[in-house]
Amino acid sequence: MTDVMGSAPAGANVIVAGVGGQGVLMISEMIALAAVDAGFDAKQTEVHGVSQRGGSVHSHVRFAARVHSPLVPIGQADLVIGLEKLEAYRFAPYIRPAGTVILNDHEVSPVSAGTAGVEAYPHDAAATLDRMGVPTRLVRATELAERDLGNVKVANLIVLGFAAPWLPIPVDTWAGLLATRIPPRFLDLNRRAFDLGASLAQAAGPGPAHRPGPAPALPIVTA
Amino acid sequence: MDPGSDNRQGPTMIERRFLSGNQAIARGAWEAGVRFATGYPGTPSTEILETIAGMDGVDAHWASNEKVAFEEAMGYAIAGGRTLVTMKHVGLNVASDAFMVFPYCGTNGGFVVVSADDPGMHSSQNEQDNRYLARMARVPILEPADPQECHDLIVAAFDISETFGTPVMLRTTTRTAHCKGTVTLGERRSPPMVPSTLRAERFSVPIYRHRLRPGLEDRIQRLAAFGMTASFNRIDKPRHPVGVIASGISRAYAREILSDADFFDLAMTHPLPLATLIAFCAAHDTVYVFEEGDPFIEEQIRACGVANLVGKDRLGVMGEYSPERLAAVVTGGAAFETSFAMDAPAPPRPPMFCVGCGHRTVFDVLGQLRVTVAGDIGCYTMGALPPYEAEHTTFCMGASIGTAVGLVRAGVKRTVAVIGDSTFIHSGIPSLIDAVYTRTPVTVLILDNATTGMTGQQSHPGTGTALDGNTAPAVDIEALVQATGVRHAVVVDTWDRAAVRRAILAALAHDAPAVVIIRGPCQLLPEMRSRDIQPLTVVEDLCTGCNACYRIACPAITPGPNGLPAIDPALCVDCTVCQQFCHFDAIVTREAMMDGEQRFAPPDTRSST
Repeated sequence: MTDVMGSAPAGANVIVAGVGGQGVLMISEMIALAAVDAGFDAKQTEVHGVSQRGGSVHSHVRFAARVHSPLVPIGQADLVIGLEKLEAYRFAPYIRPAGTVILNDHEVSPVSAGTAGVEAYPHDAAATLDRMGVPTRLVRATELAERDLGNVKVANLIVLGFAAPWLPIPVDTWAGLLATRIPPRFLDLNRRAFDLGASLAQAAGPGPAHRPGPAPALPIVTA
Repeated sequence: MDPGSDNRQGPTMIERRFLSGNQAIARGAWEAGVRFATGYPGTPSTEILETIAGMDGVDAHWASNEKVAFEEAMGYAIAGGRTLVTMKHVGLNVASDAFMVFPYCGTNGGFVVVSADDPGMHSSQNEQDNRYLARMARVPILEPADPQECHDLIVAAFDISETFGTPVMLRTTTRTAHCKGTVTLGERRSPPMVPSTLRAERFSVPIYRHRLRPGLEDRIQRLAAFGMTASFNRIDKPRHPVGVIASGISRAYAREILSDADFFDLAMTHPLPLATLIAFCAAHDTVYVFEEGDPFIEEQIRACGVANLVGKDRLGVMGEYSPERLAAVVTGGAAFETSFAMDAPAPPRPPMFCVGCGHRTVFDVLGQLRVTVAGDIGCYTMGALPPYEAEHTTFCMGASIGTAVGLVRAGVKRTVAVIGDSTFIHSGIPSLIDAVYTRTPVTVLILDNATTGMTGQQSHPGTGTALDGNTAPAVDIEALVQATGVRHAVVVDTWDRAAVRRAILAALAHDAPAVVIIRGPCQLLPEMRSRDIQPLTVVEDLCTGCNACYRIACPAITPGPNGLPAIDPALCVDCTVCQQFCHFDAIVTREAMMDGEQRFAPPDTRSST
């Protein structure tokens, strides 16, 4: 994002969190690819394996002029995108003071919650995060995906469209990326989902409340 | 995303793609002219072979286990072709018999083994630093830090292999294997088969190995000399009092944490260029050594009398490194902190069997029967977790049956070994033979879900499919079990809880080795996902809220708005296991509920493949 002084785009540190099957890895890769298309160096990482079996899934994306580490350190994320409330809450500590949490208003109970610990689920995660001082934006993506688009699977694209204004990536980059990355028979649906999210972000105005910090680079320590 | 799908080209016609480390390794190996690729699935190495399988001019397949893979690869390489063999860190333990002797003979065609280590044990039973195995075998090691280096170093590895006639290890870790970044590609080269004659003096009988032994030491010395000047070991000119010697992903973290320090980028970590390392240390006041795992580099430098190092004394040997961990060492305190105090800790979301997983009935029954369960490596290790807590040991691939034999012979009654189909073929067969040979009355459950599940549904010799998606001959597991001499062997449908229970009880009652093949395909297999699914639902008028259905810990069943269990129709795959737990017939298909009648139609794909 070009900052208010009009200097060069700095990049961003992003964490996408959710549960298996929600498309966490898909949209985190879309962010990384969009950043590359916009001229940034980008790195993205996640962990495969046992963590995918109904467990929490999260992915780090970093982009800037030059990126070495794929991992976003705690307290250094410009944006945490949560496709699920509990997972957004889990990664809230990664947010930097001027960062934002984009939260899909959707709950997936941990399996253990069926029998025990159900009261521990953070149903009011958005309010809690606000109270903690974490700027939080709520989007009812899962509900809208099912109701307006007839396919719950594109909730992640609604969230991506909603989050896009917080990322220093030109608007037309996203359109081009969708066209090259989404198979033709799913393109229209995904495009509508992305646009729906983007329009919701605009309607929620007055634009991103908390822009990313000046530079996404990790603090340089002089030993 | 398919790395083959992106052909965007830059203005200078230099092709770049956004690839994971594993995809970049596959691509780099292909560019280096690899002709043969094999391995056994294991996180975080699996995607290498899956990627290379779709590339032209490469004969690629999954092997039964890592030792077989390594041996096939040796054969291909000594016949002169460039060969890649991939495995996770513990896979190299399985292959180590071949790995330790192959360097004596050396290779003709380039031979690269990828060892994917897993610091932090994201998907593994242990942490082990396989650089020690390579050092023991006198095998050179290259360690990439990012996807571009994964690509570049595997090309270099093939060249080193053929130049020195040595197998080469490319050591990755979970983070380098699964990190994605932009990779600049090259063209495929087609090096000819290296002419070779297979002579007994070189490839057989121990007596000749005495002659080969000095050559092993000579070769590693020549490789050390090569490492002194190799261009991929990049060294900054001294200009800062602080130096950094780093390998693997730690280099990426260190580049950001200590961006103004001088770097010794170690890409070749065995043999070490010790003279240059010592000179680098002498030119700096303090030198940080950042390497995940054991102090492999650090100890060798310290052994040369170098003392101005900061490394494992402050970082420790356990777990995965991170920018936070490195920064804390450099600053002497917490360098990255959260600005927000959490109201309450986030509740955990432990991994669990997938919706519809056939393993549920098995572990429910095992828990009910209170038997001792020797487990194995696969999704079924989750049977050790609540609510089942019905798996008592898990060591390594194929260990279940042998462990059970030992337990039974030590007097532990009612012991059951649990092993998956892929793991059984990998290394369970010899121990089943032993159970028969020693007349040990163990009960062996082969959970046959027709795939290698945990690593992401790879084919194996029992599935009838090959890595390229084509059909392949399938092992007849029943016939194989019978051929070992097992007299009591039955096959049962995994989604029929009562039948599973009866079969396990009958096997336990048998006074000799008994095998129950519990069969039902993994729900993540394409043929299972694409079938016609009739989601189940809870009839609220019949549900008493007894919560018996929660006992199966199905992710599709969670408390509904009225407090009664509810089944998510988007998740349910009609495995019917919850129906079998309901005492009040309150779980029916949605269709049946709409019809106003309770028809418990079994799903048509319940039977085995």
